[in-house]
Amino acid sequence: MLLGDSDLQAIVLTVKLASLVTVILFIIGTPIAWWLARTQSRWKGTLGAVVALPLVLPPSVLGFYLLLAMGPDGPLGHLTQALGIAPLPFSFEGLVFASVFYSLPFMVQPVQNAFEAIGDRPLEVAATLRASPLNAFFTVALPLAMPGFLTAGILTFAHTVGEFGVVLMIGGNIPGITRVASVQIYDHVEAMEYSEAHRLAAIMLIFSFLVLLAVYAWRPGSKRK
Amino acid sequence: MLGALDQRGNERVTQDKIKANFKVNWPGFSLAVDLVIPGRGVTALFGQSGSGKTTLLRCIAGLERAEQGFLSFKGEIWQNGNFWLPPHKRPLGYVFQEASLFPHLTVLGNLHYGRKRISEAQQTSLDPVIELFGIGHLLDRKPDRLSGGERQRVGIARALAVNPRILLMDEPLAALDLARKQEILPYLEQLRDQFDIPIIYVSHSPDEVARLADYIVALDGGAIVAEGVLTDLLSRLDFPVRLGEDAGVVLEAEVIERDERWHLARVGFPGGSLWTRDKGIPVGRKVRVRVLARDISVSNDDRDRSSILNVLPGQVDTIADDEHPGLALVRVKLGSTILIARVTKRSAFSLGLTQGQPVWLQIKSVALLE
Repeated sequence: MLLGDSDLQAIVLTVKLASLVTVILFIIGTPIAWWLARTQSRWKGTLGAVVALPLVLPPSVLGFYLLLAMGPDGPLGHLTQALGIAPLPFSFEGLVFASVFYSLPFMVQPVQNAFEAIGDRPLEVAATLRASPLNAFFTVALPLAMPGFLTAGILTFAHTVGEFGVVLMIGGNIPGITRVASVQIYDHVEAMEYSEAHRLAAIMLIFSFLVLLAVYAWRPGSKRK
Repeated sequence: MLGALDQRGNERVTQDKIKANFKVNWPGFSLAVDLVIPGRGVTALFGQSGSGKTTLLRCIAGLERAEQGFLSFKGEIWQNGNFWLPPHKRPLGYVFQEASLFPHLTVLGNLHYGRKRISEAQQTSLDPVIELFGIGHLLDRKPDRLSGGERQRVGIARALAVNPRILLMDEPLAALDLARKQEILPYLEQLRDQFDIPIIYVSHSPDEVARLADYIVALDGGAIVAEGVLTDLLSRLDFPVRLGEDAGVVLEAEVIERDERWHLARVGFPGGSLWTRDKGIPVGRKVRVRVLARDISVSNDDRDRSSILNVLPGQVDTIADDEHPGLALVRVKLGSTILIARVTKRSAFSLGLTQGQPVWLQIKSVALLE
């Protein structure tokens, strides 16, 4: 057996986390991207900057603030207490929550760019053809932005897989709950298990390369089918 | 104007017309118009770029919302105070400058997009539209496999497929080259003649306006500077939009004679007739004739023998300065018909042109518009 049980467990957990985060971000990232692409509000710059923050912030900083917010004295901690659910830190749910923030720009920005590239015209055309704004969104904007969604989904998934700093801050290192592949590699290295670390690292490397290949080889506008 | 009428009179006046009153104030641009557009035929919104004609059209469509505005279409209120009917609820068809077809749908998908969103009772057969625009062989294609002219034909057909009660067209030919324009214009003429819906046509091209429009609203700097029936308006010397080489009149005429030996046709109008190349139009057919000011010269007698076929007697009505200081425009009456000639001021002086003076007009070229 090439990979140990704990390695497999870490990979399964990573895929589960990344899939869930990607689905959640499709749902909450799309309206944010739509708003950012269409608004003329003066708050556009502010929200855009907030969305982009995880790109430049050290993951430990983001993780630190999220940990405080989720802690017993933080607003999210109060909320989970009031709702009678388990505290978020060091749980899988907490990891999902933090990852949604951490990967937000990777969903919002490609989708926002795709919406901006469509421009006003197709939606105006749809309006003159009796489509309500919501109807035009689903029948015109979404299909035309599909390449952007594809890119965003792949990048979000891959970026969540590659998460390390935030996981350590929020989730710690609990096997089967918060120990994802990147943390597992760290553990192997700490324990001087270089060959185990090699196998997992190589899998991550190949995966990341294939993902980026998929994004870059797929040219929007190329004739398909 | 209309505001002076009592409520009932106002209603009566606008019942079969389009009444629009918009005030728009944007940074660097303002529009203030109050107009009544005929409920039938082609109305051209005419002016240079930046004159506000497209903004006016977009306000009528509901694609822009004028802060202050009133709009009624044949008695139905589309905008009044805070009430504003969104564009997808207005029974109109809109043709954009670029065809703006949906790239993810086939030609047929584009045609069906609007059509399936109207009530079934209003869904008429697409066949006449597909046939009129000659797009039957293109239905399965994606827009990126169409030529520019084909795209625009599909764009117009798509607007008609929603069975609109009014068609709004924003410079539908402006993005096309000359050959494509010539390809589309006959379709537009057929559209005007076969579909009994009013058309509002935005254009900066005097040529297109002369061919298609019945009524002109001329805009400049966001305001209406002239409006009226095409033939009347173009025969005014003070037409406020610079026409340059395109200055000239349009006459409503009728083919009255065809000379088969010389391949010529004679078109008659009140006050005279003109020979023109025979285009195969049968005798009795109503036609539109465009005579440019630069193609008319003025003379004191008809003794000159020249190659010019059309030499008509008339009477000088008024003389006005042209855009160039060396040129003048001379308005000449032939019975009830007006022609405009462009002459140099020196010629006007040496001929001693004055109001009421009888003159002969030599007309070098006549364009038959249909």
